[in-house]
Parts: sequence; structure tokens; C-alpha cells
Amino acid sequence: MSKSNTILYLDGVSVSFDGFRAINNLSLVLDKGEMRAIIGPNGAGKTTMMDIVTGKTRPDSGEVFFDGEIDLTRHDEAEIAMMGIGRKFQKPTVFESHSIEDNLVLSLKGPRSIFPALFHRRSFEETRRIDEILATTRLEAKRHDLAANLSHGQKQWLEIGMLLAQDPKLLLVDEPVAGMTDAETEETARLLKEIAKTRSVVVVEHDMHFVRELGVKVTCLHEGSVLSEGSLDFVSADERVVEVYLGR
Amino acid sequence: MTGRFFAAGADRRIAITIAILLAVAIVVPILNIAVPPASAFHVPAYIVALVGKYLCYALLALALDLVWGYCGILSLGHGAFFALGGYAMGMYLMRQIGERGVYGNPLLPDFMVFLNWKELPWFWHGFDHFWFAALMVMLVPGLLAFIFGWFAFRSRVTGVYLSIITQAMTYALLLAFFRNDMGFGGNNGLTDFKDILGFNVQANTTRSALFAASAIALALGVFITWRIIGSKYGKLLMAVRDAESRTRFLGWRAENVKLFAFTVSAVMAGVAGALYVPQVGIINPGEFDPANSIEVVVWTAVGGRGTLVGPIIGALLVNGGKSWFTGAFPEFWLFALGGLFVAVTLFLPKGIVGMWDQWQNSRRERRAAATPEQGIPPIVEVAMPVKQKPAAKSSPTPLDGGEPQPAE
Repeated sequence: MSKSNTILYLDGVSVSFDGFRAINNLSLVLDKGEMRAIIGPNGAGKTTMMDIVTGKTRPDSGEVFFDGEIDLTRHDEAEIAMMGIGRKFQKPTVFESHSIEDNLVLSLKGPRSIFPALFHRRSFEETRRIDEILATTRLEAKRHDLAANLSHGQKQWLEIGMLLAQDPKLLLVDEPVAGMTDAETEETARLLKEIAKTRSVVVVEHDMHFVRELGVKVTCLHEGSVLSEGSLDFVSADERVVEVYLGR
Repeated sequence: MTGRFFAAGADRRIAITIAILLAVAIVVPILNIAVPPASAFHVPAYIVALVGKYLCYALLALALDLVWGYCGILSLGHGAFFALGGYAMGMYLMRQIGERGVYGNPLLPDFMVFLNWKELPWFWHGFDHFWFAALMVMLVPGLLAFIFGWFAFRSRVTGVYLSIITQAMTYALLLAFFRNDMGFGGNNGLTDFKDILGFNVQANTTRSALFAASAIALALGVFITWRIIGSKYGKLLMAVRDAESRTRFLGWRAENVKLFAFTVSAVMAGVAGALYVPQVGIINPGEFDPANSIEVVVWTAVGGRGTLVGPIIGALLVNGGKSWFTGAFPEFWLFALGGLFVAVTLFLPKGIVGMWDQWQNSRRERRAAATPEQGIPPIVEVAMPVKQKPAAKSSPTPLDGGEPQPAE
């Protein structure tokens, strides 16, 4: 497999915690500009895979490359975020005591050291970018509200908006529609499809209806490695996948 | 321009606090020195000394508020930075004694002569200059906080564990400073000061000047903290408090964010200690006592953490109460202090200022809920915790710091 022209390249990655193999010889390749859905039962290693990509967990063995040439195992969370990988958590995590606008201000791409932040003045360009993101995530009306006062679904959107503000090349989105209403789920699918036009996206999701709506290539993980890969119809027709989901 | 400056509630309160402190810095010394003792407006010298001391405590509480209220770092060792600043000032004051010591040695302080030391230890050099001592007052606590924080935050020590190691730090310093070999006067510490910048420390005018310096330093401390909290960095500081991992995945280095606040806070605590020592006339290892650092936490909690003004009110009130209480019922003071902390935690979790804000908010909401239908008494709306819509525009300035999480 060639690494060039890939945005994310995992080869033979393994990691274990106290003897438990969370990820077992996992190989996964994502092309530039691709959107991929990752499914799999609980404990399949979906979140651990994201931890490895974002630098939270170091793999015991295997290669993890970003953008064809950057070895992610040599960098920590902050560095990886600066290189252009954004991550949305399973549980919506926003800065609750700040307004929506301030949440975005803190996320906007720019210098990440203390003194520039201390003497920072918001530029016209930044305000324009915030307006744009608020429009994309449909949160314009809530601009000055505290993030704590948002509904669950709106918090998910705000977090996606914060990722957009980072201007990443690759977004890792962990269960974006958990706990959402049907209307909100539809809206989220629209939002992610919009984002995928210009960036690479990895979506981890349980909700098959939502995955179908995205209409992208699906990878099914099981016990830390790839079980099946292909279109949703192909994957859901795979007997092993059915077996894993329904239990033996 | 200034109109907008004073617009928001918390901002106005802070601006007023700074104005009051500056006014007090001017008026109290005048009332002490220029007004004859017979006049009703005369402020007696002992009040000046006492309140001057409280102002130093208030600056220490403010320093703690920056890290605890806004960044969630519960430091139980801030007394150490205070004491180090105090020692740096004490060393300068010792060197100023010169030949007037009991042993009349022009170079060595009395305790060194007593211990039969022949020459000045290397770390006592330079302290005969005020500028050097002033620099050390800020540098030594700042450096200790930087090194301590660098290791602690890099290793991602948080919450209770961090509190415990800050406590251990101040306790280790307590034991170290008790030793005579350390060269800081051991058990007795540094005392018998004579002059500061050529003025007699005991003189009324000097005391008033120190009082004014304390008030101005506190005003400056409030101003600096206010500017820090209002900046993008201040928002980041609160973001780290509320969702540290989120800031990391956005590319911020949470450890550096904390380290900066911790260091600035330690420098402020050091300045407070340096102003404290000439006013009380002694510095000894007792200032490193872990109990002192915990008391600072009590002041801050009583006043309301994450409010800037709260810790100052808390420090003044609790210490005022302490002075009165230890006079009236000396045996019961520690019980009262413990009881106060329990009571504040149970009944005033946000402190005095936090409670006041809450009360103001609910009153505003009740009024907002009452106005639409004037004739009908608003029965239902009153009890409903209405979504903070109308208040939200003015109140969630970063200054009121949102809701600090419990001891994290």
C-alpha cells in the first residue's frame, strides 16, 4: 500500500491495556477528501482508534501516518491538533461557562501560545469566520448565550463548529447523533456532508439509519481489527458482521 | 469609551473596588497623620497597622482566586509563596540593621553572630540593596512556582493530588526554614527590623506609607488580574478549568496555560508577603505552616471564588472577625474558623459575592417575568428558574467566571 495521497494511514497497529488487546493489528487507509463511517459493536476499539490518531494513546506497535508523511506516534495531542486533526468527543464537550461566540474564538485557527492569547484582539477576519461557522451550524441566534444553556443536539453542533474553526484537514467525529431527535439527526447528516466537501471525515456511529443517510464507504471493526469494509449494503450483507451484531 | 468600560455588572464592581482601594490609600494615611488624635476623624495607628496587614492578606487571597477560582487549581500551599516574598523582604530589613544589632556586627545579622558564623552566606549578598530585594520578592516565589508547576502540570497532576503536593511543598519549606543551618534565622526567623529605605519602620509615617503601598499594590493586583481574566487567555484559563481535554484537542497546551497563571499568582503572593513583613515586624517559619495556606482558601471561599472582589471581602471579613474573636474568646477561634468553613460550604457554596449575584439575577428575572402582565400577579413564573435569556447578555462576561467546579 502506498502512503502517498492518503490522509490517514494505519498499518498493523496494536495496543493493549493490562493485557486486554483493544486494537489488534488494525489497518485502515483513508484517502484525501474521503468520508468514512466506522461501525462496530461496543468494545470494538472505535474510540481507542481515535485516541491513537489524536495522540492520546501510544500504540504498542504499527504505523500511523497523517497526510502521507507525518508519523503521528511521535507527536502529542496539541501538536496533532495543530497539524490539522480535529476531534469531537462522544459526549458533547464544550466550554459551558462561555458564550457560543467565545467557544468559537478559543477554537479559531491561530497561534496557540500564552502571550499572543494575553494580548489578542479580534480581527475582522476572525469575526467573519465566526459568522460563517455560526451560519453553517445554525447557531446564529444563540451567539451570546452560554453554551451551558444549549440543548444536547445544539451542543453537538457547537462542538462540530469548534472543529471547523480549527480548520482541520481531517475530522474525527465520535457518535455525533447519539441522543438526537430524528430531525436533528437529519440536520447533522446534512452538516457532515457539507463539511466532507472540503475535508476528510471519519464518523464513528451506531445509528445505521444515519450511516445510510451519509452514503459513504463503511468499515466495520470487531475486537480491534477490521472485520469488513465496503458499501453499507455490502457490509450489512456480510455474514460475519451479522453474526457479530446479533451475537453467536 | 469609559462608558462601555463600566457597563457590565461585574466590571463595574471591580472598577469601584479599585477606586475605593486607591481612595483608602490616600485618605487613611491623611486621617492618621494630619488629623489630631482628639478629632473624631482620626484613625489610630493600631488600626492602620491592622488593616494594612489585612490588605496584604487580601492580595494573597486574590492571588489564590486567580488559580483556584478561574483555573480550578486548588493550591493548599500559597502561604509558601507569601512567606518566601516575606523572607526576601526580611533579609533586606536585616541587612539594614547594620551595626545597631545586639552584637554590633556591621555585616552579619545577630543570629549569624550567635551561631558563630564568620562570613555572610552567598545567598545573603545583594540584599543590602532594596532594588535587589524587591526583585527577589517576585523572582523567588515566581521561580519556585514555575519549577513546581512545570513538573506538576506536565505530569498532568490534577485535583486532590495537586492540592496534596502543594501542601507537601509548603510543609517541606516549613521544616527546612526551621533549621538553623539554612541561614534564615531558624526557629526565630528574622526580626528586630529598624529601617526601610532609610525610614524607621516603627514610625507612624512609615506605617502609613506601608499601608498606602499595600492598598495600591492590592488595587494594582485587582487591575492586573482583571485584565488577565478579560483577555482571550483568561477565557482559555476558564476553558481549561471546565474541559481540559477539549482545549488539548483544540491544540492548546493546557499545562502552559496553568503554569502561567500559577506563576503570576505566586508573584502576587510574594509581593503580598513582602508588604506584610515590615508591617508586622517579623517573619518566621510559622508562615509556611500548612494551616495558614488553608486559611487563605477559607477567606477566598467565604468571599466567593472566581469573582475577584469576593476574596478581598472574604479576607477582610474573616481576619476582622479573627481579630475580634481571638480577643473576646481566644480558645474558640479555631472552632469558629472550622465552623465557618463548614457553614460556607453548606449554605454559601458560591461565597458572599456569588450569593449576592444569584440574588440579583433572580430579582431581575422576577421583575422581567412580572412586567408583561401588569394586572395579573405572576404566580407561576416566580418560582420557575427561567432560562437566563435576558440576563445572559450582561452576566456571562468572563468575569463572573461561571460556576466553578467543586475542589478540582
